[in-house]
Amino acid sequence: MAYFRSHVLVSVDPVCVEKGAYDLIDTLQDEIVKQGLVDEVQVLETSRIGNPETEGIDLMVYPEAVHYTNLSLDDVPFLVEEHFLKGRVAEQYIRETKKFLDEELNAPRTKEVRIILKNIGEIDPLNIEDYIARDGYMALGKVLTEMTPEEIIQEVLDSGLRGRGGAGFPTGLKWRFIRNANGDQKFMICNADEGDPGAFANRRVLEGDPHSVIEGMIIGAYASGASQGYIYCRAEYPIAVRTMKIAIEQARNFGLLGDDILGSGFSFDLEVRMGAGAFVCGEETALMASIEGQRGEPRPRPPFPAQKGLWEKPSNINNVETYANVPQIILNGAEWFASLGYKKSTGTKTFSMAGDVKNTGLIEVPFGITLREIIYDVGGGIKEDKKFKAVQTGGPMGGCLPESLLDLHMDYEALAEAGSILGSGGLVVMDEDTCMVDIARFFMDFTQDESCGKCTPCRVGTRRILEILTRICEGKGKPGDIDTLRYLCDEINENSLCGLGKGAPNPVKSTLEHFLDEYEAHIYEKRCPAKVCKSLIRFEIIDGLCTGCTLCARNCPVDAISGERRQTHVIDPDICIKCGICEQLCPYDAIEIK
Amino acid sequence: MPVIKSLEDLKRIREEALKKQALKSTSGKTEIIVGMGTVGIAAGARETLKAILDFIDHNNLEDIIIRQTGNIGIDSFEPIVQVILPGEEKVSYGRVNPEMAHRIIKEHVLGGEIVKDYQIQD
Amino acid sequence: MATEVKEGQDIRKIVRTLVQNHGDEKAELIPILQEINREMGYISDEAIKELGERMNLPSSHIYSVATFYRMLSTEPRGRHVIQFCESAPCHVAGGRLVWQRLLRELGLEKGETRQDNKWTLLTTSCLGLCGVGPVMIIDNDIYGNVTPEQVPGILSNYE
Repeated sequence: MAYFRSHVLVSVDPVCVEKGAYDLIDTLQDEIVKQGLVDEVQVLETSRIGNPETEGIDLMVYPEAVHYTNLSLDDVPFLVEEHFLKGRVAEQYIRETKKFLDEELNAPRTKEVRIILKNIGEIDPLNIEDYIARDGYMALGKVLTEMTPEEIIQEVLDSGLRGRGGAGFPTGLKWRFIRNANGDQKFMICNADEGDPGAFANRRVLEGDPHSVIEGMIIGAYASGASQGYIYCRAEYPIAVRTMKIAIEQARNFGLLGDDILGSGFSFDLEVRMGAGAFVCGEETALMASIEGQRGEPRPRPPFPAQKGLWEKPSNINNVETYANVPQIILNGAEWFASLGYKKSTGTKTFSMAGDVKNTGLIEVPFGITLREIIYDVGGGIKEDKKFKAVQTGGPMGGCLPESLLDLHMDYEALAEAGSILGSGGLVVMDEDTCMVDIARFFMDFTQDESCGKCTPCRVGTRRILEILTRICEGKGKPGDIDTLRYLCDEINENSLCGLGKGAPNPVKSTLEHFLDEYEAHIYEKRCPAKVCKSLIRFEIIDGLCTGCTLCARNCPVDAISGERRQTHVIDPDICIKCGICEQLCPYDAIEIK
Repeated sequence: MPVIKSLEDLKRIREEALKKQALKSTSGKTEIIVGMGTVGIAAGARETLKAILDFIDHNNLEDIIIRQTGNIGIDSFEPIVQVILPGEEKVSYGRVNPEMAHRIIKEHVLGGEIVKDYQIQD
Repeated sequence: MATEVKEGQDIRKIVRTLVQNHGDEKAELIPILQEINREMGYISDEAIKELGERMNLPSSHIYSVATFYRMLSTEPRGRHVIQFCESAPCHVAGGRLVWQRLLRELGLEKGETRQDNKWTLLTTSCLGLCGVGPVMIIDNDIYGNVTPEQVPGILSNYE
């Protein structure tokens, strides 16, 4: 099958045929043959493109996704010469904007629907007027002049908005609890302690569209009867902290925070509190303890924060993303939001793509999209076109999913069933050169370090698991280790006090389930299939390929390589520290990892 | 700074803000937008921005507005530079280092031709 | 984060001013500790003692809070502090090799400060810059897309 570098799609719907589409196709083909491009450019027929109102014919060229409009037969030669021969877009025939194209033709990579990311990159986050120009604070205006608190809560409930921090609890319900709680003062808290490695959606919103969060919080406060709010932002995000403080100041200056907002009689103010580097403070009770000036240790619930939260007063905690969705739900209506998504997960979700995928960064897609679509269509596939091995979802408390599960539809329930979690929306993609035991150990190292230490199953259990995994990676695995690991995972999961403990075993559990062969290879064969675990690999110089150029020997930091010029070199395995420098440098690919 | 005391006040401010923006786009000036979010900076956006400013300064170029914004989209393409010539669509360039920035200004901003090699989808 | 060592009187003055500006409520403890850490590079025993007196809190409580949070240090730090992101995405994107190179170039283990007091090597949790991993911060400078080869060059920028 010939490989065409370009495809031209010409619409042959009835209207276009009337206008002469087939003539155009013929002319195109002739021109392509004339220019000697017949092996490179393929002309295809397709359904309607563009506006039927125009006199001429529209066509699309891929892969550039260029849309030429209103063409007549005379235009063809120039177009072919310009675009296919000279490689330049023939500007005079260009249709408006790419945005239009994507909606019509559903071009790959744009399966995104941007709700909370709508303003990012389009506004100056430090200028409140940019936000207002794009309907900022209009939702607040509507809420304060046209809706009662109960109506707001109902609207949010009907939209199906669920907590975007990972727990997925219906937001409207949470607000109702606070509303009905007894207390002379109530608090509205925003959890911006996005600690999950690989998640950065909150940061993007805080830095790029801070007012969407502020507006969401004010609306929530009005609905639930809160008078003071806190945004708890992790210290690792200093720019987000700064941006948020400036935004709050601006909102205050404009009278959108403080007393008697928009003349409604409702008063609410906001303050930013910084974290200090404790992952566990993403857990709501630990977060509140931190604001109170204590160690960030979770406490048992009940009582829930809605009854007794910050300083024992009724408090509502929601994630950055949850609040950011609120203004648009109010403006566009619950039905609009509920129409997007899948089953019980309405609306969109941001996913932070990281790891071995080509397009890393933040995307926002409706629930229901499959993992495969995210990784290959939106993510562009695996870096260097290597093979996919696993994807870890939801942060360090999420599971690792293998290829067989790539067709699952992303939503809260599906991921939980698969042994992982939606969590923060982080997606770490891993290619064939990843050792899954090493990954499990790596995540356990993180969770063990971040364990607050309060309850024994988590504090001691995670340490035990880490010890065993480390031993296995060092080639000292013992029969019975796998059973012990399984037992520990269950114990920790069932008996821990908070989400960190409950979720900590997930990477281990899921890798045991889907990649058992790798564990067995490490333990019984003392072999690391992915060639990662240093104690289980050996660097060897291949006799037939080595030319004795001495490049490796000269660069070896521990002088482990010996050999005469032009003679095959040898690596001493006892000295070798497996840093990998020689393998990277060798111009003849003569060094193999066994 | 205007204090908004009612919904009407808010709507009025929105109208004014929209007018200001409309003015900007018909001002006949070229806009160069550099993504200076944390990711951009980590990828070297500061050097790129400096290169752009230096070039403009050095060559005494006028009628060009330089703006900064946050993280624009796909991180692996940072530093991202966007060029809007008067009356034309926004064109995005990815992984722009100082050298590429110079080329973009020469060929696109001054010469009117998009630098295909560096262009990325929006 | 490069700071000079402060004398006793200076420490007390700094703490007093901070309490004046923030107020002495317990909720202000962490913000104040963060500022002390920023100004002096770490939270010394002297600072804890003075703070306890100003805020009417037991030293043990302050100490327990200061040691809980990773970004607060009760140990003195070097002139330049390197924070290397040790989270999974950076690790997967090649961070493992960069880390090994760092360890070799500096001759340090994680958490250590060099004898000559020039460097302190720390790891940090995810900075949310996973799109340009591996990532590291030296003082206030952020470096993304770091490769092992770049390490010596980056380090040589600092006195």
